[in-house]
Amino acid sequence: MTPFLLLVVFLPFLASMLVLCVPARRGDLAGWLAGGVSFLLFLLNLAFFPAISGGTVLSHVVPWMPEYGLDLKLRMDGYSWLFATLITAIGMLVVAYARYYMSPNDPIPRFFALFLAFMGAMLGLVLAGNLILIAVFWEMTSIVSFLLIGYWHHSAAARDGARMALIMTGTGGLCLLVGLLIMGSIVGSYDLDVVLASGNVIREHPLYLTMLVLVLLGALTKSAQFPFHFWLPHAMAAPTPVSAFLHSATMVKAGVFLLTRFWPVLSGTPEWFWLLGLAGLATLVLGSWFAIFQQDIKGLLAYSTISHLGLIVVLLSLGSPLAAVAAIFHTANHATFKASLFMAAGIIDHETGTRDMRRLSGLFRALPYTATLAMVASAAMAGVPLLNGFISKEMFFAEAIETHQLNILDTLTPYLATLAGMFAVTYSLRFIQSVFFGPPATDLPKDPHEPARWMRAPIELLVLICLIIGIVPAYTIGPFLHLAVVSVLGTQTPEYSLSIWHGFNMPLVMSLVALVGGVVLHLILKNYLKTSPEGPPLIRRLEGQRIFERVLVAVSWKWARAVEAFAGTRRLQPQMRLLFGIAIAAVGVPLFLARFNPPDVTLRAADPVLAFVWLVGGGCAIAAAYQAKFHRLAALVLLGGAGLATCITFVWFSAPDLALTQFLVEIVTTVLILLGLRWLPKRFKSVNPAEENALNVRLRRLRDLVMAVFAGLGLAVLSYTVMTTPQGQTIADEFLKRAYPEGGGTNVVNVILVDFRSFDTLGEIGVLAIVALTVFALLLRFRPATDSLEKPEQQRIQNAFDSDHPDRDDGESATEYVFIPSVLMRWLFPVIGLFAAWLFFRGHDMPGGGFAAGIAMSIGFILQYMAGGTRWVEERLRIHPLRWAGIGLVLATATGLASWVFGYPFLTTYFQYLDLPYLGKIPAASALIFDLGVFSLVLGATVLILIALAHQSVRAPRAHARAQKRAAASANSAEAPEWN
Amino acid sequence: MELILSAAIGVLAASGIWLILRPRTYQVVIGLSLLSYAVNLFIFSMGRLRVDAPPVIDKIANPPVAAYTDPVPQALVLTAIVIGFAMTALFLVVLLASRGFTRTDHVDGRE
Repeated sequence: MTPFLLLVVFLPFLASMLVLCVPARRGDLAGWLAGGVSFLLFLLNLAFFPAISGGTVLSHVVPWMPEYGLDLKLRMDGYSWLFATLITAIGMLVVAYARYYMSPNDPIPRFFALFLAFMGAMLGLVLAGNLILIAVFWEMTSIVSFLLIGYWHHSAAARDGARMALIMTGTGGLCLLVGLLIMGSIVGSYDLDVVLASGNVIREHPLYLTMLVLVLLGALTKSAQFPFHFWLPHAMAAPTPVSAFLHSATMVKAGVFLLTRFWPVLSGTPEWFWLLGLAGLATLVLGSWFAIFQQDIKGLLAYSTISHLGLIVVLLSLGSPLAAVAAIFHTANHATFKASLFMAAGIIDHETGTRDMRRLSGLFRALPYTATLAMVASAAMAGVPLLNGFISKEMFFAEAIETHQLNILDTLTPYLATLAGMFAVTYSLRFIQSVFFGPPATDLPKDPHEPARWMRAPIELLVLICLIIGIVPAYTIGPFLHLAVVSVLGTQTPEYSLSIWHGFNMPLVMSLVALVGGVVLHLILKNYLKTSPEGPPLIRRLEGQRIFERVLVAVSWKWARAVEAFAGTRRLQPQMRLLFGIAIAAVGVPLFLARFNPPDVTLRAADPVLAFVWLVGGGCAIAAAYQAKFHRLAALVLLGGAGLATCITFVWFSAPDLALTQFLVEIVTTVLILLGLRWLPKRFKSVNPAEENALNVRLRRLRDLVMAVFAGLGLAVLSYTVMTTPQGQTIADEFLKRAYPEGGGTNVVNVILVDFRSFDTLGEIGVLAIVALTVFALLLRFRPATDSLEKPEQQRIQNAFDSDHPDRDDGESATEYVFIPSVLMRWLFPVIGLFAAWLFFRGHDMPGGGFAAGIAMSIGFILQYMAGGTRWVEERLRIHPLRWAGIGLVLATATGLASWVFGYPFLTTYFQYLDLPYLGKIPAASALIFDLGVFSLVLGATVLILIALAHQSVRAPRAHARAQKRAAASANSAEAPEWN
Repeated sequence: MELILSAAIGVLAASGIWLILRPRTYQVVIGLSLLSYAVNLFIFSMGRLRVDAPPVIDKIANPPVAAYTDPVPQALVLTAIVIGFAMTALFLVVLLASRGFTRTDHVDGRE
């Protein structure tokens, strides 16, 4: 049975995914799916009842991250069953209602998908048996609620309301998470069962108050309690089914649910009483007072919801078991009558086109059925006898009179409760009277009719439940309520009676006072309310929303800007200076503190040849640094000089693989930058020569120079120290020992790349592919600077020469001058191909491998471009670098995945020697296929980058010509009217 | 030997960093290339300098592992070289695109 708990929580999510795939115009299908799933969930939930009816707690644990105490533990007892039943039953009814409510023009599948996801999150929340899991589902309900409030995202009210709800409930959720973490660490376990059994430990812990405040912040924001209540009225921008389900029946109850769940372990302390009591009473009274003055029906219902939630919070604050029973009971009652009222409000809105009570009037004639249903539900809301709202309200009054603690708040409670009951009567009466009675409305946007039969059915059912519970509570809700109460209170469960007549006692007097007072107040306010603006008098401007928006603007705009202005810069140079400064400090300061002494400088075994190589190489580097501003080509050549010196160093110190790769990459880099130089002016001219030698500019340069020299010197000292220190044991020995017996290759560097650390290599080539694609994408939209659009100087001279000589065709010189090299380059193509293949196949045993081979092959391709030009090559060769790179990545990944098939971890290699005729014994490791992937990707990426840049000389002038033509055309058309 | 190489690393790094601190995009691209030479050599030198040590396993003579060069920094540097190339390519293209959009080759897109 218990694995089905998983189904209860995850079926809605799965169904949500499925519904999301329904095409937008098949809203009916989405509705049927959502309805079917909700119904199934409802039945499934009912099926659990026999198992838990004896008071047993069902739980199912799937280990998730056990080392952190986080398990996917689902737990069902009587209380969570009651809540789950509310969620599935009301969810089902609201889906049925929404099917008629939603307009076919809305993206209906999205609505139902979110609706189902919410249902899953809410079920997860009530069934979660682990503190962290509770926080996870809690956040999930906030996020889905955000998406549902913002469902009509074209409306600004919906967007603002959604954002406000998310910020409020999301912030509260974060507080709750911290609170729950503290709670878990106090108890030493995140398991809910353990926590619920450790009430004394929690209440006596020094961190109790901190934890309590954090948990309450979570619960009170979610349940829209004062002073966090203001998000709920703004959430009414959501479609009415959402308001009915999330913002009255279920989600806003999550806070109350949590408080009830933890009631046995947290309540009973003065802190609990004061914090919850103040918030609850303020919410109860203010919410009902505000509700009277709302002109929007949904606004009235929203404030009424806030007030009723306040009532439940007050009950929970009292700390008496009887009050907790009343709280649980009222939670269920409120869900039934408020959901039906929201649905009725939706019908009124749907049929008349407005929810403004100043415009609505006399609708009883047009909507007699709906009116009757709404009246019964409103009566339940007002707490009229023979309805469910009455019984739980009587219980509330009875508890309010009782003295729980000797203080002013406890003394005030009965008076405030009666006052709030009076206001509840007033706003209920006000809603019914102004909407359904009075003269027929004249300026309604639509002509109202009774809605579809099945749109009304959910309301009928809910109202019927209100009536039945209100008349025979003990025989209907009784057993279920008792089960829920026992599972929360356990041995503290008090004696309570659900009968409707307790004799003529104090609570009944309070009810009568409230009823009479409410009617009188309505008569007084009736005429004022007919035309009054939205919101209560006097404190209309004191809105939580305004404060919220002020804070939002201050934090996310003013303060953010101030911090940015103070600490940030958009200029690159200061950023780089800071970066290098921090890097120098990060190395220098610890070394200084550790009293680092550089070793004595001795010239050991210095070879004059190497010294000469670096005399040239270092000279090249300095010269490149000097020339990079004014003479780009020279800088590039000098850069190549430094690169060659690096390359020779690699050979010198026994790293042939590096030398090979460095050498090939050097070639490609030079070609690449040469291609780029085409789009830069030949020689950069000083923008402002006078400024060039100003004192501050010189000082700036001096500072940079000092910084650079300092960093260089530091790096030199550091590397000298490391190089002259003996190495000791490293992992290199392991690699060397295992490379041949386990990797099947003698070139250890290559074996490390394609076997031991092949996952790293997979990442590396992934980066390469991403860079190539980025380059490609950037160049797709490339617009060169206008000054480099004309033909390069050399071509101009050559073309001028051609046009001066009548025997020559235009462009002949340009093709002729590289004639002999280009013949050589064409013939080199197969040779380079062979060379690349050779590098590739020997890679496992000798210097070479996929990286080097890929770059070598790309050089073969780029040579063809140089020799014949873009068009010539592409007419003759099929060049699909994107495809090659893709194949490479797939091949490398597939090699890794293949080892899963044989039951080994990702990227485990397999090797064997193959005896082939003529070729002899050759190693055949699966690493070879991986290396083939590397080869293919490196080739593809390099060719893609080079060709994308090379194509610009064909594309850019064409694009420019088009742009000019367009500009000319638009200029003409703009002038046209003047000519006519 | 060590002195020469560490001096070389220092010179390459200093030239590179100086260029990276300059205001023109091309200077930054060249500077990054120079700095990556320095860094590659630095990482490579972490395996200590060995002249004439075998980089490839000798199956027949089978000398002790201490006779070989350190393959780990080499493997690191090998991929670093390729990634360095990718980085140069990317920055070069960003340079060109930025110059096309802003009509200046200042690193901030305006003088």
